[in-house]
Amino acid sequence: MTVTEIILLIRDIASIALMATGLVFVLAGALGVLRLPDFFTRMHAAGVTDTLGAELIVFSLILQAGFTLLAAKLLLVGFILFLTSPTATHAVANAAHRAGEKPLLSRFHPKHPRDREGDA
Amino acid sequence: MIYGTGLAVVLAVIWWVLSGYDKTLLLSLGAASVVVTMLLAIRMRIIDRETVPFFRLATLIPFYTWLGGEIAKSNVAVLKAALKPEIDVTPRLVRVPVDAQSDLSRCIFANSITLTPGTVTVEVEEDAFLVHALTPDFTGADGFAEMNARADRATDGRRKSS
Repeated sequence: MTVTEIILLIRDIASIALMATGLVFVLAGALGVLRLPDFFTRMHAAGVTDTLGAELIVFSLILQAGFTLLAAKLLLVGFILFLTSPTATHAVANAAHRAGEKPLLSRFHPKHPRDREGDA
Repeated sequence: MIYGTGLAVVLAVIWWVLSGYDKTLLLSLGAASVVVTMLLAIRMRIIDRETVPFFRLATLIPFYTWLGGEIAKSNVAVLKAALKPEIDVTPRLVRVPVDAQSDLSRCIFANSITLTPGTVTVEVEEDAFLVHALTPDFTGADGFAEMNARADRATDGRRKSS
């Protein structure tokens, strides 16, 4: 193996690791949206998807692109996501608040399905 | 004037990054579109330090690097809360006092709160933000005060002597 091949291998490993971590965060965000109780708490789970999840995937794609114009474009995509996703989240939250959506403010702690079998 | 020049340079760089052309005809068309955009921006009188924040990059980049670390930490916290076999969350709506010298600083602070998973700015008021948090762990007053101070320093360079 030449030095170039080793560097490319390291780049691929780093890129795949970033992509896999990003996918874990995206998956956790989706699961959180399904599992959490009300509108505002679900929004927090969605936030995981569009901050660390999206950014890690964009970074792994930048590593795949190398020092090209494509990498610069991907960097721009990451930057715009970074700036616009909180603005969109705030717009949605603010609209819900003004429309009178009352956030759940008590403790939400459902029993484990295993312990619930008797009641159902 | 310096903001106008800065905006023109950034527009030209973005045009080139998105197109990647090197032919004279296409480059001159790009230059023409930058000129038209600049004329529109001047006519709309929107060229000031808020629309052209590129001269504060020296302080904005360290701020966003620090914020990136905070985002990663709270991402892991939200991940744990969402994936626990038994969900146990106590959502909170808190009022966070804001000490900012400019609208840009307030905007960056509100944006940073929303960007951090677990906290979302729901309403912007005159001297405070209404923030919704997933669990009480995210509503530490010290954490918000530190983020406010850092956002203010990053945009205005100094703190009010109060």
